[in-house]
Amino acid sequence: MGASSSTESNLMASLQRNLSKIVVAPSFAASLFFVYGFILWTAWMAFSKSRMMPVYDWAGLRQYERLWQMERWHVAIENLLIFGGLFIVICLFLGCLLAVLLDQRIRAEGVLRTVFLYPMALSFIVTGTVWKWILNPGLGLEKMMHDLGWASFKFDWLVNSDFAIYTVVIAAVWQASGFVMAMFLAALRGVDQDIIRAAYMDGASLPRIYFGIIIPSIRPVFLSAIVVLAHLAVKSFDLVIALTGGGPGYSSDLPATFMYTMAFQRNQLGISAASAMMMLATVMAIIVPYLYSELRGGKKNG
Amino acid sequence: MKLSKSILAASVGIAALASASLAHAEPTAEVLHWWTSGGEAKAVAALKKDFEEHGGKWEDSPVAGGAGDAAMTVLRSRVLSGDAPSAVQLKGPAIQEWAEQGALANLDDVAKKEDWDAVIPKRIQDIMKYDGDYVAVPVNIHRVNWIWSNPELLAKVGAKEGPKTWKEFNELAEKLKAAGITPLAHGGQPWQDATIFETVVLGMGGPEFYQQALVDLDEDALKSDTMKKVFDEMRTIRGYVDPDFPGRDWNLATAMVMNGKAAMQIMGDWAKGEFLAAGKVPGKDFLCSATPADDGNGFLFNTDSFAMFKVSGEDKIEGQKLLAELIMGKKFQKTFNLLKGSIPARTGVSLDDFDECAKKSEADMQADQKTGGFLPSMAHGMALPGHLSGAIVDVVTAHFNSDMSSDEAVNRLVEAVELAKD
Repeated sequence: MGASSSTESNLMASLQRNLSKIVVAPSFAASLFFVYGFILWTAWMAFSKSRMMPVYDWAGLRQYERLWQMERWHVAIENLLIFGGLFIVICLFLGCLLAVLLDQRIRAEGVLRTVFLYPMALSFIVTGTVWKWILNPGLGLEKMMHDLGWASFKFDWLVNSDFAIYTVVIAAVWQASGFVMAMFLAALRGVDQDIIRAAYMDGASLPRIYFGIIIPSIRPVFLSAIVVLAHLAVKSFDLVIALTGGGPGYSSDLPATFMYTMAFQRNQLGISAASAMMMLATVMAIIVPYLYSELRGGKKNG
Repeated sequence: MKLSKSILAASVGIAALASASLAHAEPTAEVLHWWTSGGEAKAVAALKKDFEEHGGKWEDSPVAGGAGDAAMTVLRSRVLSGDAPSAVQLKGPAIQEWAEQGALANLDDVAKKEDWDAVIPKRIQDIMKYDGDYVAVPVNIHRVNWIWSNPELLAKVGAKEGPKTWKEFNELAEKLKAAGITPLAHGGQPWQDATIFETVVLGMGGPEFYQQALVDLDEDALKSDTMKKVFDEMRTIRGYVDPDFPGRDWNLATAMVMNGKAAMQIMGDWAKGEFLAAGKVPGKDFLCSATPADDGNGFLFNTDSFAMFKVSGEDKIEGQKLLAELIMGKKFQKTFNLLKGSIPARTGVSLDDFDECAKKSEADMQADQKTGGFLPSMAHGMALPGHLSGAIVDVVTAHFNSDMSSDEAVNRLVEAVELAKD
């Protein structure tokens, strides 16, 4: 009797000790299989001859060669560079600016904050559809200006194959800059007020305080924002589909839409897998240095 | 008394047997399709009703969206997991691709019984067969190379009917443009660009050239001067559409013709459904004419079909056979095509209830079959497997939406096809 109760309490104790591990285990196993397992499977697909159905015949680097010979893939990569670059830079700039302005203890800050943050609550599909209407020359902005009497007004980027990708930037920036603003605002509020007060005492001007003290001290937030925005850019899919449909032609294709087209419309699983691996490589190129700096920083602090 | 008793017993026994066997082999068919809207949904409902009246059990598996992409994704996963649906809406060379995977069932029994070889056009038989065996059944024939025009707008520049040659088309379009009318309603999606492209290839090069270039992918044809002329004409046509065309859906372009905002649209006869749904009368409110042909006529077809997948179980196999038989039956072919706007995929169906565009389609089809002008549409996945037609469509749409020269377009076309082939 006494022995069994002691084993029971032992069991309870070990259960308690390992409870967190036990709870985490299923989701750990699931993500190990469904995320990393499928990454490996995709990597394998990219080396196979797969067309419509997955086959496992070795094809070496042939799919990658074909991928890089495709004009459309070059367009997609070029668009990713344009879109990603502009999206990250403009979002950071606008987000930071908005945060600094909101940080001036103004009235109705809560309302303004909500207004700027709200676009993030919409899905990219909604954003894309709405901007499609706004930017359509025969329907939105251009027509409105014409109706108001400004007949020479012209804004036809959406239907111009050289500029369509920039309309994607506009819509994406509209959506995400409020989020960046929120991140910065939180960071700004976290800055030690005593230092700022001390700088005031020493007669530093407001811009000088911002550029000299506050912004350098929130450097980690920049890094986080860049990482978040960069992976948003790489995985961008729904926005393009809703806004331009990849068009005109395929001029606003991004790697994600390219991959979808190859896998589900063209029966080119091999090429599609190769393009997915290229996207993974792009994300890794951003994430790995970030993780490295984070982990190293962690050691330094600890 | 004794006799009647035994007759009674026997008949009860037979009835029991019969009902038992009925219960045992109730033909079942799970049908995967993406006809979920408007006339299409009604057409499927007609098939379902017919199937159930013949004692079948219908399991509907509609997958909406993406012009079948979503359905194909579902299909792929179902086949990979060994649970294929009985019948799947599938078309063109995709049927052959699935047959190559060994996934399709053989329908030769039904085909022989119903004598399909005699009633289905040869070219469509080729698509439905793999290695000489029937693996799929066609439900309709859409003609792709139509011009839908607004007679009122045409009358303003003194035209009574659609143009006969591409030269006439250009002249008419210039006149319309001068009169302040948008000559061509067009939706700028890659497949719509490709639809115009293939009608120009057919019209300027003739059926033989079309066959060489877009079906056989003959390199000489692809880089010929005729192909350059085709791209020149595409550039000219680009000047006849309104500036807001990119991304527009085809039915919105049809609405432009209907509402007098544009004079013509080049589109398959599913556009007719839009006119009819709006209560317009062919010949009076809108005109249908074949796209211009400089060198012989031609008929580009787009056929919807159902492929039968390998399934196990007597009831399911019976269900497939019954379904195949009903789909090819005159009754279904008539009801379905009246609703869908196309024409029957078999001969022997009375066209009395069809409109005059459908009758013209049927007559042209008969004529073009004799002259070799009855050709599969490239833009609608009838002529080539997806990766090949996709490569062509990419070049066509890139050319149409930029200022690429015809020479460059031809070079890229050859390259893209070469790359997609291996």
